[in-house]
Amino acid sequence: MPKITFISADDQQYQVEAANGQTAMDAALDNMVPGIDGDCGGVAACGTCHVYADDQWLAKIGSATPGIEQDMLALTDNATACSRLACQITLGDEHDGLILRMPAAQH
Amino acid sequence: MRPTCIIIGASHAAAQLAPSLRQEGWEGDIIVIGDEAYVPYHRPPLSKAYLLGEKSADELLIRPQEIYSKHNIVFRLGTRVSAINRAEKTLTLHDGERLSYDKLAICTGARVRKVALPGSELQGVHYLRNIQDVDAIRQHTGEHKRAVIVGGGYIGLETAAVLKKLGMQVTVLEMAPRVLARVTAPEMSAFFQRVHRAEGVIIRTDAVVSGFAGEDRVTAVLCADGSRLPADLVVIGIGVIPNTELAADAGLAVANGITVDELARTSDPDIVAAGDCTSHPSKLYGRIRLESVPNASEQAKTAAATICGKNKPYDALPWFWSDQYDLKLQMAGLNQGYDQVVIRGDRDHSRSFAAFYLKNGQLIAADCVNRPQEFMLSKRLIASATTVDAAKLADDRLELKSFLTT
Ligand SMILES: Cc1cc2nc3c(=O)[nH]c(=O)nc-3n(C[C@H](O)[C@H](O)[C@H](O)COP(=O)(O)OP(=O)(O)OC[C@H]3O[C@@H](n4cnc5c(N)ncnc54)[C@H](O)[C@@H]3O)c2cc1C
Ligand code: FES
Repeated sequence: MPKITFISADDQQYQVEAANGQTAMDAALDNMVPGIDGDCGGVAACGTCHVYADDQWLAKIGSATPGIEQDMLALTDNATACSRLACQITLGDEHDGLILRMPAAQH
Repeated sequence: MRPTCIIIGASHAAAQLAPSLRQEGWEGDIIVIGDEAYVPYHRPPLSKAYLLGEKSADELLIRPQEIYSKHNIVFRLGTRVSAINRAEKTLTLHDGERLSYDKLAICTGARVRKVALPGSELQGVHYLRNIQDVDAIRQHTGEHKRAVIVGGGYIGLETAAVLKKLGMQVTVLEMAPRVLARVTAPEMSAFFQRVHRAEGVIIRTDAVVSGFAGEDRVTAVLCADGSRLPADLVVIGIGVIPNTELAADAGLAVANGITVDELARTSDPDIVAAGDCTSHPSKLYGRIRLESVPNASEQAKTAAATICGKNKPYDALPWFWSDQYDLKLQMAGLNQGYDQVVIRGDRDHSRSFAAFYLKNGQLIAADCVNRPQEFMLSKRLIASATTVDAAKLADDRLELKSFLTT
C-alpha cells in the first residue's frame, strides 16, 4: 500500500494511499484529488491525467513509454521530459513516497 | 439547518459533480439519487473491455462507494425521481416519498432510442446502455454464433468488433448509405467499412430492418427488401434520447436537451444540469448537445462551482474516442458545416491516418486513427481557431510541432 503525494500547480498537497497494482490516475480519482480528470478511464486517450515526476522518481517509474503515451504527451501543453500520464503508472510498494506534480490545467 | 444539494442521476456527470461540490466548499448534505443499482461507473468500456470480458463490474466503478461516504456523499440507488416540485423545492420519488432540496442538479443523461418493430420484444434482442444490458447480451455470445448489429454508429461498430473477437459471425445493418454517416466524412466511413470487412464483419448499408422473427427467442432479422438474416443475438444501437421529461414537466426550458447557459444554469436559479441531458452554448459551434464523458465531467465541474456561487464558465472543445480492434480513434471538434477534408497518412492501406475538417480554411474538427499527436495538435488548433495550410497538413513528413509556431 504505497503512500503517494500529488502536488498542484499552486502547491496544494494531497497525500493518498494507493492499492498495489492500481494506477496513479485511479489512486487520484479514488481520493478525489482535484486536477486529475482521467476522462478516458485510463486508456491513454484523453491526456487529462498529465503529471510530472522529478528525476529521481522518474528513474524508478520510468519515462513515458514509447507509443501512445509519448505520442499523447508530445503535443500536450507544458509537457516536459519529466511528464507522464498517471494512468500509465502502475503502483507497487516500491513507489511508497512517490511525488507527482500536476500542471495548472489538464486541457 | 444545513443546506441540501440533491443530484438526480448517478453516472459520469454526478461522479464529478458531487466531489467538485466538496472541492468548491459545499458543506451541506449531498444526496445522489440514481435508478441503477451501482454507484457511478465508466460507461465507455461497456461496448469495449466489459463486453469482451476483460473487466469486471467492480473494475468499471469510477471510484468505490467508501470514498464517497468518506466525503459525506450519500447515494440512494435503485431509486427513481418521478417529479420535481419547484414551488416547494421538493422531489417526489417513485414510491411517493418526498425529499427537500436547496440546490438541485439534474444529471439524468440519455436513454437508448428503441425500435417499434414486430418481434423487438423477443429474447436475444438487446440495446446497450448500462451494465445490465451487457450482462444480458453476454448470455447470448459464443463462438460461431450469429450476431446482427442494427445501426452502424460508434457503439454498433465497437460492439461488432468485440463480438467478432469473441468468435461470433457478425453482420452490421446500417440504414444510411454508409456507416457513421451522421458523424464523419465519407472518407472515414469508407475506412471503417474496409477495416471491418478485413476483420470478417459483414457490413450491409442501405439496409432497412422491418422486424425480428422467432418463437420466444430471436432467430432471424427481417429486412424490408425481403431478406432474412439468421441471428442468435441482435444488438440495436440507433442513438439515444436525452432524459428531459422531469425537467420539462417541472416547467424548465427544454429544447433537444435541458437548456443551460455557460454556467450550467437552467431557467430556475436553484437548479443546474450537466451531461448528456443538456444543451449548452459553445462559442465555436453555437448551441449543442453532446454525448460524451469529457462533456459530462467538465460541465459538472462548472455546475458544482455555480452551486457554490463561483463563476467557472464551461466552453470546452468537444472531443470523443472509440476503440475498435487495434484502432484507437480520437476525434476533436465537431465537423458540421465543413467544406474540405484533408487526409494525412495512408487511408486506403494503413490503419494510421488523420482526417482534418476545414471550413473557410480554418480547422474545425479532426478524426484521428492511431494518431495521438494529430489529435492533440488538432485540439489546440481548433480551440485557437487557427487557419491552416491544407497542403502542409496533408504532408505526412512535416513535423506536427511546426504547426504550432506558424
Ligand atoms: C456503450 C457506450 C459506449 C460509450 N463510449 C464512449 C466513449 O468511448 N467516449 C465517450 O466520451 N463517451 C462514450 N459514451 C457516452 C458516455 O457514456 C455518456 O456521454 C455519459 O455516460 C454521459 O453521462 P451522464 O452522467 O450525462 O448520463 P448517463 O451516463 O446517461 O447517466 C444518467 C443516469 O441517470 C439515471 N436516471 C435518469 N433519470 C433518472 C431519474 N428520474 N431518477 C433517477 N435516476 C435517473 C440513468 O438511469 C443513468 O444511470 C458511451 C456510451 C455508451 C452507452
Ligand atoms: S486517463 Fe485518459 S490519458 Fe490517462
